[in-house]
Amino acid sequence: MLEYIIKRILNAGVVLLVVITLTFCLMHAIPGGPFTTEKNLPPQVMANIEARYKLNDPLPKQYADYLVNMAHGDLGPSFKYQGRSVNDIIKESFPVSFHLGLDSIFLAILIGIPAGVFAALKRNKWQDRVINFCTTLGVAVPSFVLAALFIEVFALKLGLLPAAMWNGWKSQILPALALAGMPMAFITRLTRSSMLDVLGQDYIKTAKAKGLSAMTVLWKHALPNSLIPVVTYIGPMAAGILTGSFVIETIFAIPGLGRYFVTSIYNRDYTVILGVTIFYSALIIFMNMLVDLVYPLLDPRIKLGKKEN
Amino acid sequence: MAELAKIDFEPLVRSAEHIQAENGEAALGYWQDAWIRLKRDKVAMLGLGTIIFLLIVAIFGPMLSSVSYADQTLAAANQGPSAAHWFGTDNLGRDLFIRVLYGARISLSIGIVASLLNFLIGVTYGGIAGFMGGRVDRIMMNIVDVLYSIPVLLYVILLMVVLKPGLTNIFIALGIGYWLQMARIVRGQILSMKEQEFVLAARTIGASRRRILIKHLIPNAIGAIVVTLSLCIPDAIFTEAFLSFIGLGVSAPMASWGVLASEGVTSLKAYPFQLFFPAIAISVTMLAFNFLSDGLRDVLDPKMRR
Repeated sequence: MLEYIIKRILNAGVVLLVVITLTFCLMHAIPGGPFTTEKNLPPQVMANIEARYKLNDPLPKQYADYLVNMAHGDLGPSFKYQGRSVNDIIKESFPVSFHLGLDSIFLAILIGIPAGVFAALKRNKWQDRVINFCTTLGVAVPSFVLAALFIEVFALKLGLLPAAMWNGWKSQILPALALAGMPMAFITRLTRSSMLDVLGQDYIKTAKAKGLSAMTVLWKHALPNSLIPVVTYIGPMAAGILTGSFVIETIFAIPGLGRYFVTSIYNRDYTVILGVTIFYSALIIFMNMLVDLVYPLLDPRIKLGKKEN
Repeated sequence: MAELAKIDFEPLVRSAEHIQAENGEAALGYWQDAWIRLKRDKVAMLGLGTIIFLLIVAIFGPMLSSVSYADQTLAAANQGPSAAHWFGTDNLGRDLFIRVLYGARISLSIGIVASLLNFLIGVTYGGIAGFMGGRVDRIMMNIVDVLYSIPVLLYVILLMVVLKPGLTNIFIALGIGYWLQMARIVRGQILSMKEQEFVLAARTIGASRRRILIKHLIPNAIGAIVVTLSLCIPDAIFTEAFLSFIGLGVSAPMASWGVLASEGVTSLKAYPFQLFFPAIAISVTMLAFNFLSDGLRDVLDPKMRR
């Protein structure tokens, strides 16, 4: 067990190192370097900037400095917003994104799992078909379309909820729903298929044969095991919700890190783009590692250190 | 007992093919059989029909029109759908119907080229790793595992920032980003097949390793490859729409569906139809490919079915 944990942590470390190296290489692949703008700066100013950000050091030294900075959790300064560091920006705006992300994860789980269980119980009946139709739509419709649709219907036509901004719980409903659409559909599908898998197994027959009520069999015996595969989806879901938030926050004008990221892409604020990419990558790598560590605890059938297939 | 149809013996199809792998007709039989079974799947056929329709419309649609996707008529800006402009016009008076048709060309070609790249890189890489086995396989797959834990979309974004937006660069970014899954699946398939008798037989005849890999192993993994490809196309279209949305798509006046949708969102409150049509186009395409790939998976790769 200990060996497995150490291996997983080391693995996450390697991935993180690759990520940092990749971003470093990409930053230096930008023609003219990250501080070239459309306006031609006087050479003296350019030299000053380069000196300030140590861009004229030899590459290996820059790389080493970069690694050391990363190890200290320092993502560097923003180029467009003078006097602010990438860390400041993340500290300021990530809590909003985090809040929105949690909202949508809760929504996806609270609606997705019951819907999946229900569909499995009503297999091939019309209820199952309706749910199946909805999940197919959920996978096929991009989140920005969903968002636009929600704004059109609930905010503009019906006037029930605010169309944008971030104040109060009412303004959180639409963006969280739009962001939760795809993961919700996925969780429903996953729960349905694994529930069907579990319901066909012998120990469920045993439980029924013992005379347990259908409800006890479902909640105590079938559901916990059928949720195991859903846990593996947490990693990809976190990644999907993070990247999804770029679009959703932009549409709903939510002052989160996602919108900041998109703005910095438009502004070509390279240091912010790189910093946020590393920050988000680290977050996702961490989530994946956590899932890998928790998964064997939930499912003793999976041998540690070995892949399922 | 009713008469047994061929479909009652699904596993036999594969093994029959193995026995007669050298026979061209038998290989055809695999596809014929798959096609017959696919035709029974109404949803998959609906998907296939939609895709063919989209392809025809994308190729020939813009040719038949006298207006081009870039023609501006400022006097006719932001008009709703009418007989003259079926989908209305955008803020520069460009005909949205033509732009959606033209967008189909770009979005579909992105999907197709991305999957071709995915095919080339993934099949080569996975094929070599699986076939060589041992240390080569371990190293190659470790690399894939590491890359796999990196959130691809973030790096596609980063790549697009560095490369500057444009069609070719989208191809490159998607090609670099999306071959991992394919490599894993092909490698798994090859690994499970390479100890089987037909490979031994080929080796006994003196076929070179290259020949065994290309002529014997990969054709037998084609089911899983096709299924993975059919999943990759909508993924690429989706990613492109996403990239366009955050300003990293193809450059104006060219427009993919993603670009059109993102333009539509900015004018959503005043002219919802400008978002509506490209959004429908994206969703219908995604649905069609989802339907088709579900059907293909059932037909070509019964092992993947759950």
